Amino acid sequence: MINVTIDNKQIQVEEGTTILKAARKAGIHIPTLCYFELAGMKFENKPGGCRVCVVEVEGRRNLAPACATDCMEGMVVHTHTNRVINARRTVVELILSDHPADCLVCPKSGQCELQSLAQYLGIREIPFKGEQSHYRQDMSPSIIRDVDKCVMCRRCENMCNNIQTVGALSAINRGFSAVVAPAFEQDLVDSPCVMCGQCVQVCPVGALSEVDDTRRVMAAINNPKKTVIVQTAPATRVALGEEFGMPAGTIVTGQMAAALRRLGFDYVFDTDFAADLTIMEEGTELLGRISKFMAGDKSVRLPILTSCCPGWVNFFEHNFPDMLDVPSTAKSPQQMFGAIAKSYWAEKMGINREDLVVVSIMPCLAKKYECKREEFSVNGNPDVDYVLSTRELARLIKQFNLNLKDMPSEDYDNPLGESTGAAVIFGATGGVIEAATRTAYEVFTGKKLDKVDFTELRGMEGIRDAWVDFNGTPIHIGIAHGLANARALLEKVREGKEQFHAIEVMACPGGCVGGAGQPYHHGNSEIIKKRTEAIYREDLGKPIRKSHENLSIQKLYQEYLGEPCGHKSHELLHTHYFDKSKHVEISE
Amino acid sequence: MAKVKSLAELKAMREKLQSNLDLREKSNDPDSLVQIKVAMATCGIAAGAKQVMEHMMEKADELKLGIVFTQTGCMGYCHAEPTIEVKCPGKDPIVFGHVDNNRADEILTKYVMNNEMVEGVIPVNYETI
Amino acid sequence: MHVLCCGGTGCYASAGAEIIKNFETILAEKGLQDEVQVVRTGCFGFCEKGPIVKIMPDNTFYTQVKPEDVEKIVNEHIIKGRKVTDLLYMDPENKEHVADSKHMGFYRKQLRIALRNCGFINPENIDECISRGGYEALGKCLSEMTPQQVIDEVTKSGLRGRGGAGFPTGVKWGLCAKNKCDEMYVICNADEGDPGAFMDRSIMEGDPHSIVEAMAICGYAIGATHGLVYIRAEYPLAIHRLQVAIAQAREYGLLGKDILGSGFDFDIELRYGAGAFVCGEETALIHSMEGKRGEPTFKPPFPAVAGYKMKPSNVNNVETFANIPIIITKGADWFASIGSEKSKGTKVFALAGQINNVGLIEVPMGTTLRDIIYEIGGGIKGGRKFKAVQTGGPSGGCLTEKHLDTAIDYESLSAAGSMMGSGGMVVMDETSCMVAIAKFYLEFTCEESCGKCTPCRVGNKRMLEILTKITEGNGTMDDLQELRNLAAVIKDTALCGLGQTSPNPVLSTLDNFWDEYVEHVVDKKCRAGVCKKLMSYEIDKEACIGCGKCAKNCPTEAISKTDYIAPGHKLPSMVIDTTKCIKCGACISGCKFNAISVK
Repeated sequence: MINVTIDNKQIQVEEGTTILKAARKAGIHIPTLCYFELAGMKFENKPGGCRVCVVEVEGRRNLAPACATDCMEGMVVHTHTNRVINARRTVVELILSDHPADCLVCPKSGQCELQSLAQYLGIREIPFKGEQSHYRQDMSPSIIRDVDKCVMCRRCENMCNNIQTVGALSAINRGFSAVVAPAFEQDLVDSPCVMCGQCVQVCPVGALSEVDDTRRVMAAINNPKKTVIVQTAPATRVALGEEFGMPAGTIVTGQMAAALRRLGFDYVFDTDFAADLTIMEEGTELLGRISKFMAGDKSVRLPILTSCCPGWVNFFEHNFPDMLDVPSTAKSPQQMFGAIAKSYWAEKMGINREDLVVVSIMPCLAKKYECKREEFSVNGNPDVDYVLSTRELARLIKQFNLNLKDMPSEDYDNPLGESTGAAVIFGATGGVIEAATRTAYEVFTGKKLDKVDFTELRGMEGIRDAWVDFNGTPIHIGIAHGLANARALLEKVREGKEQFHAIEVMACPGGCVGGAGQPYHHGNSEIIKKRTEAIYREDLGKPIRKSHENLSIQKLYQEYLGEPCGHKSHELLHTHYFDKSKHVEISE
Repeated sequence: MAKVKSLAELKAMREKLQSNLDLREKSNDPDSLVQIKVAMATCGIAAGAKQVMEHMMEKADELKLGIVFTQTGCMGYCHAEPTIEVKCPGKDPIVFGHVDNNRADEILTKYVMNNEMVEGVIPVNYETI
Repeated sequence: MHVLCCGGTGCYASAGAEIIKNFETILAEKGLQDEVQVVRTGCFGFCEKGPIVKIMPDNTFYTQVKPEDVEKIVNEHIIKGRKVTDLLYMDPENKEHVADSKHMGFYRKQLRIALRNCGFINPENIDECISRGGYEALGKCLSEMTPQQVIDEVTKSGLRGRGGAGFPTGVKWGLCAKNKCDEMYVICNADEGDPGAFMDRSIMEGDPHSIVEAMAICGYAIGATHGLVYIRAEYPLAIHRLQVAIAQAREYGLLGKDILGSGFDFDIELRYGAGAFVCGEETALIHSMEGKRGEPTFKPPFPAVAGYKMKPSNVNNVETFANIPIIITKGADWFASIGSEKSKGTKVFALAGQINNVGLIEVPMGTTLRDIIYEIGGGIKGGRKFKAVQTGGPSGGCLTEKHLDTAIDYESLSAAGSMMGSGGMVVMDETSCMVAIAKFYLEFTCEESCGKCTPCRVGNKRMLEILTKITEGNGTMDDLQELRNLAAVIKDTALCGLGQTSPNPVLSTLDNFWDEYVEHVVDKKCRAGVCKKLMSYEIDKEACIGCGKCAKNCPTEAISKTDYIAPGHKLPSMVIDTTKCIKCGACISGCKFNAISVK
């Protein structure tokens, strides 16, 4: 332990503690901008670039960035002297002088960390008039880059390269023109971007935001010719409440369904239904591969990789083109829902495919891209028409002057609204594979599970693995969340260093609860933990907790699909993958 | 070339190299060689040193003068590039600046052949170790 | 026999021409014109004592020679062989006359240590290097010294980093050696990026072996076996010569395995930089070598702890390394005897600007600016008045007349508001506008900023915009205040050395040339006539004969006839429409009647 004095307070901290953390420990607030930490997720961004957190350290010539300076024995620090406040203020004024002052229409307004900082420092005018940076606007199906607003905090770059190892974003250009962008300032869609959107989740300002589909959705609702149905992803129900002032981890499933009806959706369904369907398909595929393998067929590709996360699917298409036959061919729950809604359900209801609009409420930005993939449409008509993020839904609800808190709890419509506890845990890391295990175990062994909860598959560690005993057959399961972890795990598999039967991967830290479409967590990883706990609470509260016991699912197979992985299933519920690796040609 | 295996070997090598050099430099024998060093750092080359050196070599051949030309680094006289150092046997080396083809010819025909001084001498104004 | 008369501008302008004429006349009178040849030479660089006459071959050096002294020199020295004592240089210390120029203190003003082999050896021939003692220092270290002894010797010598900041080299080595592990790096910073500085290039081009040898010595001292030279790709000749030197050293077994039978292995690789100024900062340099964006990171951790590939690394610049072998062979005490109290040895400067002897010079630390400018540099061009000297490149500041007698070393330069930097030295006379100079350096910094931290990325840009406003005549006194505040904040908050020092040219000119700023702001005048927007061209209607040549030359048709015919002239005089004038000066250069002036 070492002793430091911050603002005349004696503090004892462990060696290697930064001034910022020591100050926070002592209850001293030092404002920051570029600094960002997602505790427990191994993500700490401290380039020391913005210089907002500078403090005075006795004996040093210059001001020191509190976020990047380690405490030393006997160090005396002053965090709010005139010199510090003047410097801090000037630095923020400088940032503002190169920042569009369009807060009125900025997607980040109200959530913007620069805006709060300017308010905190009481900046009422910007003394520096001069050139402002202008860059080309760029929009992918998921993400809008408005980098005129970029403050070079480098959070997105760090996230994209170190946590996700996607490598789409990096700082380019120099001096005043420096900005974070894809290499050669190409468009995101031409870059290796997998649209996980974690850059949007961490951007302090409005430089990175989601593509807003609310107006398109409302236009569809207002079109009398269209039947508009909606599905809600598991993780949305444990996060939406935050936007309405409820504590993180509040479960608002019923209120959300009620609010969606008030918005004018004709039917309110649940992606959880499709998650159960996914388990039927993916679980069957897994058991098929394992049985073949155990029967001695060495051509079988194991482990099976989950394929419900579209960011992850993009990632392996970009980075593991040699392993395209390894992941499960099962579509994601969102796309299974769309496919079933526009076939089975539409036929049942006598609605023309063209007149049916399927909207998803997702914690995810990559889903916006996923629904636009060509293979997920029939004659140009997509299975899922629009995807709204949890944040977009919250905005719509507010626009309609509805308060989620006051909503009655309502049920989903049927048959595409019935679901089990196994489906709801898709929203947390480890959940998909736990759900699959619950079903696979019973199908494989023919026995009833004594204990439905596989706690060994839960947790926040980036890479986890567990052996599950399938009545004498040990099954090795791997789990990764965050794409760097996924890459590390998959590389081990590729090199044959470790053998697994099944691996679950989620692109976002924490799984879908930490998705890029969720309410901004501003680096508070407690929020992600609370959402995860809520997911498992919701599971516990469900009367049925195993996908194959979902009665609507059983009926769907009886009435329409036949059997899991059967002919009809393959047609509607399975897909294939493409080599999307990017080869940058650099001409000499 | 075999590898140098010890400090003693290196020192012996230095002495041998030095005495060879001295023999050439200190000799008063008129037949011994005149040495011309041309400052060929980037700046010298940019100012035309390479071309002047080629010209001088041709001219020396033409005049049947036995001259050893070597390139060397920057002499520091940026204001007077290209610069060359001429060392005639038994005499102190002299540095000439602003050497173009005409001046080069002059240096060869006047200074080297007849010990006549020509314009453009740069006084060396430093001490070296 | 030869009579060498100084033909430097200073001497020649004062009486040099007449002296040469007198020599020629008198020698002819005496019939000596065939035996004694009179030659005009380049500047001896001793202008304060000029005109200079030197008699060869006996190296007699006459100072302050007047035309009437010529006869005496001919009669006494040339005919009778007796030196003219009262014209000899008098040593100011012991008041003795010195005849042979080689013994004059003046020649000690420049002492070549780092440049010792430049211009002497053929850099592409290792034998020439060895004949001058090359690699003996390495041999001495490997066979007679322990690594710690090498570090102690370098520490004792007082050598400090020549890249700019002046950190003690031996201490740096010691810090790195403490973090001993099986993978360590010696890095040579050859990314010389200061505009106008080229000593590192000259050393690599003229004496590449000294770098190779010094890096191996450093490797031995800190325990590293890998050497990396980070060199800008714009230095193809330096790259070539280093490659040749490395190959030759390998061939001789002076690099590679088991060097000189000592069991010590060391080898060097080159890494190319794209020539970004900021990559001279050691953390940025290391990131660039790792293939990452060349931008600095906050220190600590220092490269000595986590450098290249996060392994302990020692980074020194070229000139620093060039001093190492000689410190080992001649000893720390010898090196420490040169220079000032806190700055030992010599420093190479690239002397440029409005000075007669533009060039690369090397002087002991503690030499005064006056000596450098007036003695070595031969004074200001065209006999104009000295105004300022900019040292330290874009990180340095402008010093004035009052600093001329400052003995320059790391401390005194920073105390005066400038810095040593890598040794650029630009001399300015009254034709330089100090606001424009500050703007020039800031333009460079803005161009070269990596853009990582706010103060440097946005702050410098805003300072540049304010300076531009001032040079265009739109500045206010508030702007000057804002400049000061911004400069102070940037200095206080920027992440790396480049950012922290970038306001120096602005701060030092604000401090030393405040009046000039105020003139630009209040009187809208640029006294040096540099800031175009503050100038106006005017035709004196009385002097103009109305020939119309100016109107023909004018590219913007800003000049037209008036109705006024001046007394004595036949044609109406011309007038300039200042709203159309672009201040190109084409009219002035065409006017034979001096009728056009700039105000």
